[in-house]
Amino acid sequence: MHMPVPDSAIIARKARLVERLHKVLPQDAVIDDLVETRAYECDALTAYRCPPMVAVLPSTTQEVSDVLRLCHEEGVPVVPRGSGTSLAGGALPTADCVILGVARMNEVLETDYDNRFVRVQTGRTNLSVTGAVESDGFFYAPDPSSQLACAIAGNIAMNSGGAHCLKYGVTTNNLMGVTLVQMDGTVVEIGGAHLDSGGLDLLGVICGSEGQLGVVTEATLRILHKPEGARPVLMGFDSAEIAGACVADIIKAGVLPVAIEFMDRMLIEVCEDFAKADYPLCEALLIVEVEGSAPEIDAQLALIMDIARRHDPVALRESASAEESARIWAGRKAAFSAIGRVSDYMCLDGTIPVSELPYVLRRIGEMSKQYGLAVGNVFHAGDGNMHPLICYDANKPGDLEICEAFGAEVLKLCVDVGGCLTGEHGVGIEKRDLMGYQYAPADLEAQMAVKDVFDDKWLLNPAKVFPLDSSEPRRATQMAAE
Amino acid sequence: MMKLTTEAEVAECVADARGPLALRGGGTRAVGRPVVGDVLDVSGLSGVTLYEPGALTIVVQAGTPVSEIERTLAGENQRLAFEPYDLCGLLGTSGASTIGGVIATNASGPRRIQAGAARDFALGVRFVDGAGTVIKNGGRVMKNVTGYDLVKLMAGSWGTLGVLTEVSLKVLPGVEDVTTLVIPDVSAPEAVAAMSRALSSSYEVSGAAWIEGAVWLRLEGFAASVAYRAGALQKILAPFGESALMPDADWTRVRDAQPLHGAEAVWRVSVKPSNGPLVLGALPEGCDSLMDWGGGLIWIGQSGGNPAATHAALQAHVATLGGGHATLMKGPEALRAAGPVFQPEAAGVAALSAALRTRFDPRSILNPGLMAAEPVRAAG
Repeated sequence: MHMPVPDSAIIARKARLVERLHKVLPQDAVIDDLVETRAYECDALTAYRCPPMVAVLPSTTQEVSDVLRLCHEEGVPVVPRGSGTSLAGGALPTADCVILGVARMNEVLETDYDNRFVRVQTGRTNLSVTGAVESDGFFYAPDPSSQLACAIAGNIAMNSGGAHCLKYGVTTNNLMGVTLVQMDGTVVEIGGAHLDSGGLDLLGVICGSEGQLGVVTEATLRILHKPEGARPVLMGFDSAEIAGACVADIIKAGVLPVAIEFMDRMLIEVCEDFAKADYPLCEALLIVEVEGSAPEIDAQLALIMDIARRHDPVALRESASAEESARIWAGRKAAFSAIGRVSDYMCLDGTIPVSELPYVLRRIGEMSKQYGLAVGNVFHAGDGNMHPLICYDANKPGDLEICEAFGAEVLKLCVDVGGCLTGEHGVGIEKRDLMGYQYAPADLEAQMAVKDVFDDKWLLNPAKVFPLDSSEPRRATQMAAE
Repeated sequence: MMKLTTEAEVAECVADARGPLALRGGGTRAVGRPVVGDVLDVSGLSGVTLYEPGALTIVVQAGTPVSEIERTLAGENQRLAFEPYDLCGLLGTSGASTIGGVIATNASGPRRIQAGAARDFALGVRFVDGAGTVIKNGGRVMKNVTGYDLVKLMAGSWGTLGVLTEVSLKVLPGVEDVTTLVIPDVSAPEAVAAMSRALSSSYEVSGAAWIEGAVWLRLEGFAASVAYRAGALQKILAPFGESALMPDADWTRVRDAQPLHGAEAVWRVSVKPSNGPLVLGALPEGCDSLMDWGGGLIWIGQSGGNPAATHAALQAHVATLGGGHATLMKGPEALRAAGPVFQPEAAGVAALSAALRTRFDPRSILNPGLMAAEPVRAAG
């Protein structure tokens, strides 16, 4: 993984930049000390680190606008940061950049149950959006596993998903409006408490643009009333193929569970150790959850369990209590941290057509032997969003490189079978150089043209998403202009 | 008129164009400022490329009639959950609405409030931009954040950024049962309050409309579940009056705004639902209307009177409501030509949209001026 060589001319102007930043921000919102900037050297893709030149923590949209306008004038790259939980390196700094963190902007600005939305500042965490409305029976649906920590800003940047998006959709399907600050400091309001755009759907392209089009400071989010109840069922199978066939049958039967999650033996063991959810030890475990009133849940689960029985499950168990349901989900949502306790790992995020699950899992198993690195699988089976976790030893020279090569081969496989490189984590730096495998040059050119419109100098998070050689002419123009 | 059958032909045709092109699928959707140009007919790009019921996805050529797709899906008890509307009755057009037109105009019906809009079900697109370059974006899997989401940008661009040639869609299972809870004789403000109560419940209402003075609330799913939720909903809505269940309610009446089919001018307005009654209250005498999306979508019809004045007042009023848009869906040729047919955007947003159009269609030859706030002359 390469990053562009930091621009020494920019670094040489650091003192002037810091002085100017102090004029628009409170004293404690500008961090330029070499030790303190280290806190921002990486996100959750911890294999790559680089302290930024400066970090800023604005508290208002106006301050964000002031910072961006100033950096635009100075020609300094800006890397926006939510809570720094990106698994793709979306918030990885460069040595010549300003990290713009929105963590201090975490207020709820408006709650409107009659119209079913909340408007929040985007530094607010995903779970605390639900926290603000749940006493009144409402929730915000997208639920990435990192929801305790991750910020709405990052959710919007990456178009985050979650375990329950099979029913409720991902961030883009639940985002109604944003306040966006462009790189030149211009503030625009896009969307709002109404549905759909009366002109071009700018909201749709901003969501998932990985902080490259602007900094979203406020968001209008759709909220829903909580279902009366929800209950998961655990299904164990002898092989991933059988589990995959069961998933396809459930979907074809017309039942649409809120979640269908898959874990293989390695993940079952580490998650069980972590969460004590009493998972059956088997080759392939499905967690299938349905929602509704008690009789509705009973009826749906009866249908789903009938389908499961036709696939000779080695275990089939309904959750018996709310506590047990919570443990079942705690184990699943802790999967990444649970495996992190036993090994360094790289988490992939390719998505494939559901029908290709058995083949792709078999191929990953074969590659695991070939590369000599263990792989665990945990993923959203209902929508084909895989999460192979490749284990490696960060202290063993060369192991990370082998892991990266393995990961790249898995992602290419996902594309080969009709899927994509990333289903919910984003491209960041991690999948950046594989973009040319999924997209032709003209496809990438069309996407980069959108960035040209929003950020003509290519200063916002510039070395992400697009292969460096593809974006190089644009980034070079920016430097030459200085 | 150029009738094309392949993506390559579309690309060649656009690349070689010497002047504006008026894009045409089924020819059912004469909305927007009228485009003067050679007609580029893509209805020949037709057919299902790939259908995977187990993965809930279908890939179709852009000119495929919606009716054909719905028939294919019904064979597996699946459907287009966003319930695309059909404008033939409203506009007096004939022909078969195509999926390309539906996605290009983000045409969604009553179930939009629960299931999502056309744009939410579009997983991938292939299109030809204004230079004649073939571009693909997204794919055919349900979760995909690989690069920018140009699918959303294309959905609702009315052919001004590119000519759609293929779309892949998420589909959903059909339902075992459906019923509609009807509360007759309700005023607009009361209707919105009742719909809001229903939509803020956990009973998964899949349609909430106010039509001919009655509130309609649709429930879908397994029979026992529908029955249970209908009963529960009737209980919480008792303060709004007696309600009855109508299992055979015809939701295409709401979807296609059938009560307004005779009107000379028709608008489609999206606002915050609680603002719906405000919009209705400000209309001149003699307008007919219905509300969908719990009050957030308003169809307005006018015959006689002064539609140009109504149009200007409506867009001006919506602009004061802190978000929303009013689109002229049908009207006298002169009014359509004068525009703005679509809600004028704030300066910053308009600048971004104009710049995007210039990037995707540098010669301004794709449906030029159809969406623009000011009449524009296309470059040759």
